Amino acid sequence: MSKTNKIDDRFKKFGTVSFTAITKTNDFIDYLEQGKVAGTRCRDCGTSFFPPRADCYRCLDSHMEWFEVTGTGKLVTYSKLEYGPVGFEKDLPYRIALVDYGDYKVFGRIADAVPDEAVKIGMDMKTTVNRLPNKQLNYVFQPA
Amino acid sequence: MGKVGIIGVGQSAFVRQYPGSIRELAFEGFKNAMKDARMTVKDVDASVVCSAPEYDKQRSPAGVFAEYLGLNPQPTFYVESLCSSSSMGLRLAYSLVRSGLHDVVAVIGFQKMSEISSSESQERMGRGADIQWESPFGTMMPAYYAMYARAHMDAYGTTPEDLALIRVKSATYGQLNDLAVYRKPVTFEMFSDPDHRMAAPVASPLRVGDCCANADGSSCIIVANEEKAKAFCPKPVWILGLGAASTSVNLAGRDLFTGLTVAQEAARQAYAMAGIGPGDIDVAEVHDCFTIAELMAYENLGFAKPGQGKELIRSKETYKEGTIPVNVDGGLLSKGHPIGATGGSQIRTIVLQLRGEAGAIQVKDPEIGLVHNIGGVGLYGNVTILGR
Ligand SMILES: [Zn+2]
Repeated sequence: MSKTNKIDDRFKKFGTVSFTAITKTNDFIDYLEQGKVAGTRCRDCGTSFFPPRADCYRCLDSHMEWFEVTGTGKLVTYSKLEYGPVGFEKDLPYRIALVDYGDYKVFGRIADAVPDEAVKIGMDMKTTVNRLPNKQLNYVFQPA
Repeated sequence: MGKVGIIGVGQSAFVRQYPGSIRELAFEGFKNAMKDARMTVKDVDASVVCSAPEYDKQRSPAGVFAEYLGLNPQPTFYVESLCSSSSMGLRLAYSLVRSGLHDVVAVIGFQKMSEISSSESQERMGRGADIQWESPFGTMMPAYYAMYARAHMDAYGTTPEDLALIRVKSATYGQLNDLAVYRKPVTFEMFSDPDHRMAAPVASPLRVGDCCANADGSSCIIVANEEKAKAFCPKPVWILGLGAASTSVNLAGRDLFTGLTVAQEAARQAYAMAGIGPGDIDVAEVHDCFTIAELMAYENLGFAKPGQGKELIRSKETYKEGTIPVNVDGGLLSKGHPIGATGGSQIRTIVLQLRGEAGAIQVKDPEIGLVHNIGGVGLYGNVTILGR
């Protein structure tokens, strides 16, 4: 075995602080780099997964393909944080939210540029890739 | 097979910073429960130790405690389900006793949260959620529960004022509880004063006053088979029903945001096992880590229909004199929430109520009590029904 085998730790780029480096869903980061938010779909049973997963518990197999999160979903709920965990202080305040796309839901942040008054449960939102000031990548929700 | 009883209950004071080590903290709850059970360590056949391990430097505390508490060479077990660890520990003790494997089991819950800063502790609690897909967005426990609060308000017209009423009730009883970390009065007016600390936003729509405080503490419940329970204890309290459930850790994997499915499912199981319904409960302890959590518990346990929880608190029906007294020991909001010890403290309160030994907070002649204990943001749910 070569000592130069590199560890695939792409996932450490996800979010302000990533708590995971190694996952079989590391291609998620490549999609983010391309401006795409992607989930996985089981090629055997057709189930869509977001967040993406490498394995299908229905089929007990791992035949996944990637799909892009496109179109709009509806805002299910949200909260604006005035305090954050260690490592997130510079982001404050920010709003975390859940958006329902029908086949799946997406958990993330509402874009900082969206004023509080414009945020209403049930509103149509789209999911877009966002590059953070610390060069990390995440995605945010914007009014559709 | 016979019944399974609770024959001893104890807890330490819940405090901001316990001046001792975790084994010394565990001793406090254990000592009180053993004295309550009139037992010596030779009478205990096994121990179950419950906590969330990320707060401890000590690996595998169960082995350390078993020696410190004089419970060698008996076997010891470690149980973790975040904030519901000691209710899950009670479930394990029940099955160990019911199976006939052990006659008497001590369930020891503890948490010493003060060794890390409040923000670090929040970060650890955030990591009780999905660290791969949610924590990178900067999530925290109050914000998750705030998302439920926001959805509940939007769906049912529940208001921040309703949530304030829950905190006011909690403080009413917290002032009577010598073991509670927060014993100061809290008034409704504090929440409408923007300069008051209680009204300061934490994660909208939740404010400081909507959140329980971290605390250090320990609790202990002594569980026994029917024969030993009757031999040792003049007033055993019987475990009539147990329910436990889990769900998706990631909110994206859930469908309900106005209540906790794990509480609904655990309640369904516990009521079925006990052969009773919500109307039979005389006194309850629910997991009010946040005010909204208590309001949702009213609905998820069937004390109120979905959306009607606010009516219960507005009409004071969950006060001591009401139709269904809830958290008349001050709840987590007043007592504080030492993760692994919390469920044991809730069980202790209900046992004392059923024995008629609850003092200033005694509800009138209760026969059946319920404990609702939630782990994480509705990730784990435990409901326990106890009777005289
Ligand atoms: Zn499949």
